[in-house]
Amino acid sequence: MANPTGVRKSFTHGEIGLAIALSVLALFSLIVAGKAHSSAYSFHAILFAAVSAYFVYKIIDRFHSRPAELPALEIDGKPNYNYGPIKFATIAALFWGIAGFTVGLYAALELAFPLLNFDLPWISFGRIRPLHTSAVIFAFGGNVLVATSFYVVQRTCRARMVGDLAPWFVVIGYNFFIVIAGTGYLLGITQSKEYAEPEWYSDLWLTIVWVVYLIVFMGTILRRKEPHIYVANWFFLGFILTIAVLHLGNNAAIPVSVFSSKSYIVWAGVQDAMVQWWYGHNAVGFFLTAGFLGIMYYFIPKRADRPVYSYRLSIIHFWSLIFLYIWAGPHHLHYTALPDWAQTLGMTFSVMLWMPSWGGMINGIMTLSGAWDKLRTDPVIRMMVVSVAFYGMSTFEGPLMSVKVVNSLSHYTDWTIGHVHSGALGWVAYISFGAIYCLVPWLWNRKGLYSLKLVEWHFWLSSLGIVLYITSMWVAGILQGLMWRAYNSLGFLEYSFVETVEAMHPFYLIRALGGLLFLTGAVLMVYNIWKTIASPEASAVPEARPAMVPAE
Amino acid sequence: MADPSNEKLDTVTGFKTTGHEWDGIAELNQPLPRWWLWIFYACILFSVGYWIVYPAWPLVFSATNGVIGWNSRTAVDEAIAQLQADRGPMVDKLSKTEIAAIKDDPELLDFTRAYGSIAFKENCAPCHGAGGGGAKGYPNLIDDDWLWGGSIDNIAHTIAYGVRNANSDSRYSEMPAFGRDGILTGAQIRDVTQYVRSLSGLPVPHGSDLEAGAKIFADNCASCHGDDARGDQEIGAPNLTDAIWLYGSATPDVVATITNARNSSMPAWSERLDPTTLKALTFYVHNLGGGE
Repeated sequence: MANPTGVRKSFTHGEIGLAIALSVLALFSLIVAGKAHSSAYSFHAILFAAVSAYFVYKIIDRFHSRPAELPALEIDGKPNYNYGPIKFATIAALFWGIAGFTVGLYAALELAFPLLNFDLPWISFGRIRPLHTSAVIFAFGGNVLVATSFYVVQRTCRARMVGDLAPWFVVIGYNFFIVIAGTGYLLGITQSKEYAEPEWYSDLWLTIVWVVYLIVFMGTILRRKEPHIYVANWFFLGFILTIAVLHLGNNAAIPVSVFSSKSYIVWAGVQDAMVQWWYGHNAVGFFLTAGFLGIMYYFIPKRADRPVYSYRLSIIHFWSLIFLYIWAGPHHLHYTALPDWAQTLGMTFSVMLWMPSWGGMINGIMTLSGAWDKLRTDPVIRMMVVSVAFYGMSTFEGPLMSVKVVNSLSHYTDWTIGHVHSGALGWVAYISFGAIYCLVPWLWNRKGLYSLKLVEWHFWLSSLGIVLYITSMWVAGILQGLMWRAYNSLGFLEYSFVETVEAMHPFYLIRALGGLLFLTGAVLMVYNIWKTIASPEASAVPEARPAMVPAE
Repeated sequence: MADPSNEKLDTVTGFKTTGHEWDGIAELNQPLPRWWLWIFYACILFSVGYWIVYPAWPLVFSATNGVIGWNSRTAVDEAIAQLQADRGPMVDKLSKTEIAAIKDDPELLDFTRAYGSIAFKENCAPCHGAGGGGAKGYPNLIDDDWLWGGSIDNIAHTIAYGVRNANSDSRYSEMPAFGRDGILTGAQIRDVTQYVRSLSGLPVPHGSDLEAGAKIFADNCASCHGDDARGDQEIGAPNLTDAIWLYGSATPDVVATITNARNSSMPAWSERLDPTTLKALTFYVHNLGGGE
């Protein structure tokens, strides 16, 4: 083959290593598939084998078509950023977003009309609920985090991402984990730990993917051309590291056999509950808060073209947030067998967490100082600022609900569902939508979005959806809590459980309507993004520079 | 970490930047908002105060107890004791009163109704319906048709020991699966089905051999359901001459019942509820409308 650089083309260590590892995995998976105790597990083993074998082929195929030399770190003194895996994760996020919102809507409808499960085990509420939560948190949110963190770390370090196959391994491996987890739920494979339902073999796979993610991210930071690490990267790094620790701690399980999907967790009783909620709460804290604050710290100042409001606040709120969050988990176990002292600590650390959380809100919103007019003119920035406002609201509501007297009313009611969704729809999804709207034209080198008008529609439809969702759940939750605790003058419960379920029906309908509006908005976004990518490439993208003058 | 050589003045806010830039993003050297800082301190102070008052920090073998000595187990015990004290005199009275005499004491009557009502809704409504109206396969409790008897004693026994469960005092009987076990042929089942349906005046298809059906009934069913098909509450055999059908009166339903039998069960509630609650439930069910 003609080789202009004169370098002899050979397999890299990464190519050889990964191809061998995947071949071994494929072979091993075939053995497992043959001896699996259940057909569902056998199906998963076959998936592992097929996908591993396919990527062994892809590695060899790619080797034949690639140039002898790997892409340069810099071209003409400018960093040669690696956008391929980011594009993949962005598209994956859109796909999983629609899937996750749709399943959520269906789950909401099943609650209003239980007959919609048609007595089919695969779509019973108990199975599609974790499918919904995992799809929106880990599949949609996770892909957004991987995409934005890979983008931000390169841009703010002025360095090409570390690794040739490694970033691809992260995005594809992560999405494969999602497929295994999601199909597992439908087939009834679960370890029944909230937000950690996947069984031991999916967990092991995710561990490998996550360690590679950490290595790629850390390696890129170490390769940086900037003297300091930008605040967004602290948050991303905090998120990646802590999730690794949480994942390992909460999934310490021993499989029944390598040929069985079933495993038993090493923790027992209330310790298991404590570890579960230490994990569960920090999945919210580090996955859904720290990670998305990383997104906020890059995309808001970038899009608003303004400096971050306060450097000092960013340091103080970062360290106080990550220090305090990790203790707050026990507030999920108020009034249970958990010792009182642990409940107290869970509650008080949640109360102390209020201001550290709000530090991010202040920095996000006040960064718009001097650019407030953009809220009117740019629906993308409006989406992101509204997301920060929702973030502020739910991080006030969280500490409030962690206070024991409030929790005695709110716990186990739909208020919790409303709270989670004001964070998930308002904060996480909106900042993600905003970031995707910014990111797609930058990644694909387009002049701008296909239609800002569609973004307006997306914004207003989904905002209405969120409002319907959270207000109906607030009312439902408080009503439910009050009905559960109502005693009549003779000292008997006023309502039975069945009556409280019946009372929820109208609110479940309003909630489902809210979900439908939110989904509709997201579909508009996917159309808009698709049209943007299909539009012709821009000749040159002018770099935005903040309007500032040298200090006197 | 401000880098004075690169600091720039932001003309909008009047603050300088830290002098660093990442991909065009700078950061302003703003101080912490005062209100933010003070609320943060206040939350910390609140927490320290809470730790002093309530159980908070783990020690080697125990944890700090808090100065007011509160703990959740005692709190629950106290709340339950309080509720029992509030209800106590009336519960006591109920436990000592014959069910038939409850209606003579208006105060006790109110109390027992309220007691029975919530106990019914929490324990019985999932099967029998919130109003006791039942559903297909779950007997209606507001009519005067009883499988195991509608007297106070019979209802009390059925609630306490249930039907076809593992309790040794459970109500028990078992209808044979005439079709599945090969006792009757398909044609015989069709005949007896129409005969049984005709007993309560349901229209039967033309050409039904009611005489053959009557013969099959007399040979196979009458021993439990009686020659007149009016059932036998001693063995829970339903009356087949009234218009009340637990599993439906349509031909396919009756054929299914005769072919496979039904034999549904009910838990022995004495294994879960205390005697006074059982008494209140018995009174409540007896008073739903069909009590004998």
